[in-house]
Amino acid sequence: MQKIYSSAEEALQGLLFDGMTIAAGGFGLCGIPERLIDAIQASGVKDLTIASNNAGIDNEGLGKLLRTRQVKKMISSYVGENKEFERQFLAGELEVEFTPQGTLAERLRAGGAGIPGFYTKTGVGTQVAEGKEVKSFDGEDYILERGIRADLSVVKGWKADESGNLVFRKTARNFNQPAATSGKICVAEVEEIVPVGSLDPDGIHLPSIYVKRLILGAPYDKKIEFKTVRQREAA
Amino acid sequence: MATAAETKGWTRDQMAARAAKELRDGYYVNLGIGIPTLVANNIPGGMTVTLQSENGMLGIGPFPYEDQVDPDLINAGKQTISELPSSSYFDSAASFAMIRGGHIDLTVLGAMEVSEKGDIANWMIPGKMIKGMGGAMDLVAGVKKIIVVMEHNAKSGDPKFIPECTLPLTGKNVVDMIITDLAVFHRPDHDSPFKLIELAPGVTAEEVREKTTANYVE
Repeated sequence: MQKIYSSAEEALQGLLFDGMTIAAGGFGLCGIPERLIDAIQASGVKDLTIASNNAGIDNEGLGKLLRTRQVKKMISSYVGENKEFERQFLAGELEVEFTPQGTLAERLRAGGAGIPGFYTKTGVGTQVAEGKEVKSFDGEDYILERGIRADLSVVKGWKADESGNLVFRKTARNFNQPAATSGKICVAEVEEIVPVGSLDPDGIHLPSIYVKRLILGAPYDKKIEFKTVRQREAA
Repeated sequence: MATAAETKGWTRDQMAARAAKELRDGYYVNLGIGIPTLVANNIPGGMTVTLQSENGMLGIGPFPYEDQVDPDLINAGKQTISELPSSSYFDSAASFAMIRGGHIDLTVLGAMEVSEKGDIANWMIPGKMIKGMGGAMDLVAGVKKIIVVMEHNAKSGDPKFIPECTLPLTGKNVVDMIITDLAVFHRPDHDSPFKLIELAPGVTAEEVREKTTANYVE
């Protein structure tokens, strides 16, 4: 079975439909599946529900889909650094299901692991708990959160082999791993595709079973939100 | 640069240094964005403290040199950082398993309001400002000790340590210690009231009382 496609557009062929739910990897602009997001934007698919920690910044990453109004609802933990996201939400143009970051990661992981719901202490006694079942275990309250089973996952990896085994790099792993497992089908973009046998089987972060379609997204011009440096001490 | 007017109370750096006194050798610690991040500059010498970044890293190193900046290596505030020989990387679900599972010893967070019952609000002002809770709700639910570092009063002068939070909560009955520019409040457990345990230089207990609406023990 050939998993490698020649472009993001081709890799998404037949997978997109209006009103669908998409799980996307990335934290801020780190490790975002930018080629696939561009192709989703170009397809014109709309009324999307997107589960992603953030929504990029104003005109980067998922921020592009907000600008074109293709998104009906975001399931996110953080909208800071994205004025258009905050504006659309405060104006009532965009539905946002604010989900604590760890709860979002676990909802994606659980959804992908066949677990429809789980109890967590996170959010007890806050707005997040409203409408949710509360259950006491060993004298402490927990709320029931639902797993997320997305129609499609889009993720960004560092290296893949031709069979779809994936390796991430440094903090660009973030939500890519749980998002990849949450989708009924996962499409991945990577910086390099290597022959089968080139990656250490003990060092695979995401086994090939999760990656159904793969594209080489390079070259990337990776963006930095806040560049912070230190000075070298004078010799 | 301290001027005469600034010698009273603690600066942002001094508040961070005060929070750093709560660190212990071997601690795994998560620092929030803003003043809490400055705690990293005040880790006592000879002490091993491992910093966790909730976007998937243990062992945060200092800011990188210009030629070592890596877009794939950032902290939870999206700032570029560096790694240490002891660093490790993991995904967001594993990261929050550490946090929620009670494996992190201490977190230092900013806040807009803290109530006398230990409730904390720091993620939205309805109708005005919304950033989202990020990982803060998970941190306050799962970390063993929660320290809040914040200005004692808002720019308007309104107290921030108050009887009941007016803003949507991040967590209920979770805060263990509050460090402001004027004073430190602590409680030994979540059933006890906060106690004023320390005053910043030049600050009197009476002044703290005047600028606080929360009930606390002196």
